[in-house]
Amino acid sequence: MPSESGSNRRPETGAFFQRDRTWHPPALTPGYKSSVLRSPQKALLSFDNTLSEIAGPVFGHAMLGELDADLIHNFARPGESAIGERIIVHGRVLDERGVGVPGVLIEFWQANAGGRYRHKKDGYLAPLDPNFGGCGRTITGEDGGYAFRTVKPGPYPWPNGPNDWRPAHIHFSVFGHGFAQRLITQMYFQGDPLIWKCPIVRGIADKAAIEALTAVLDTQATIPMDALAYKFDIVLRGRRSSLFENRLEGN
Amino acid sequence: MAQSLDRLKESPSQTAGPYVHIGLTPNFCGIDGVYASDLGSTMVNDRTKGERIGLKIRVLDGTGTPLKDALIEIWQADADGLYNSPAEMRGAADPNFFGWGRCPTDMETGVCAFETIKPGRVPFRDGSLMAPHITLWIVARGINLGLHTRLYFSDEEKANAMDPILARIEHRVRVPTLIAERQGDTYVFDIHLQGEKETVFFDS
Repeated sequence: MPSESGSNRRPETGAFFQRDRTWHPPALTPGYKSSVLRSPQKALLSFDNTLSEIAGPVFGHAMLGELDADLIHNFARPGESAIGERIIVHGRVLDERGVGVPGVLIEFWQANAGGRYRHKKDGYLAPLDPNFGGCGRTITGEDGGYAFRTVKPGPYPWPNGPNDWRPAHIHFSVFGHGFAQRLITQMYFQGDPLIWKCPIVRGIADKAAIEALTAVLDTQATIPMDALAYKFDIVLRGRRSSLFENRLEGN
Repeated sequence: MAQSLDRLKESPSQTAGPYVHIGLTPNFCGIDGVYASDLGSTMVNDRTKGERIGLKIRVLDGTGTPLKDALIEIWQADADGLYNSPAEMRGAADPNFFGWGRCPTDMETGVCAFETIKPGRVPFRDGSLMAPHITLWIVARGINLGLHTRLYFSDEEKANAMDPILARIEHRVRVPTLIAERQGDTYVFDIHLQGEKETVFFDS
């Protein structure tokens, strides 16, 4: 799947802004027990990006199927649809400079409306929905915009503390144009009281950072008599201008 | 007061969780019919240039137990050292090699098996050549921010000795944590998340 041919996008050869690791959750967040034995403890090796980090795979729209961005229907039997609150999730992928990032592959996955994942490791007693698989994907447009349809996932209990519940969330995997921009995160829903109790969320120190992962109800994007809408923007690392480096491309 | 830089903050990372397969390799976990195949599961075809190699990678936790719910992505240059990417200004990469692959760890053994080619050498920022390497990105339940590192090759001793990234590792005893061992046509690589043999992870 080569990148879009005939693209007239300007080449992007600059290195990325340094990652603010105080904004992300640290590797070790003991309240989230799985991190205890899976968190590196030694200092990271820091260096300015080389081409190996500046370059990255870019996916073409041709890989997408007709229902890839419609989780209500992409696993459903013909004429049927998934059960749950019908929603649209939309937003833009931007970089830290505020520029929309086009041609970005976004993949998303989630539990069904009852909070149950279609996965053999999930034994929660809420039932599977025979018409819901739980995965989808799309590629951002020229302004970095994206949208997909799904049902609102349910909260669910998980084995961490004796009585921990995940807030309703959708997992997002995002590619930028450089492999150093690669990011996985989770989207939460405005007003969910479970957000502030969740040990995974609370690994993030800054309240503003948690709010940046909380989608806002967007009644202007709602489809009357069909679906509510939530807006969720995603920000990837910004790319430095290469003006003062070896070449002038990208300016 | 001064002007504002008006920069945005990167979206904070959150763990991929235990069900990462649903989103990234749905066919692997039994969700059939949504995508024809799992993205990144095939890296080479008959026309791809270069030496065919296998990679067998495991990710081990602080007790030495292999993770069985991790996912690894790899990113590499083609046989001539060119990336299939808009950032590649030196020429067109092999059209039969995308350079990116994705593999979940096996649910029984914890092994991630890639079939790829040995990459050529890519220039460092000063124009000198780095040793052949593959960039790795590791996510899993319990990993809050995806881990970046590199895999270098045990049969490239001379190039490894000159590599500018390996040269930056202060504690030389840790350099071997980035070097995969050749066994026939396969390179074996264990990633240690913690402990004496903790892999050198990158902040780049």
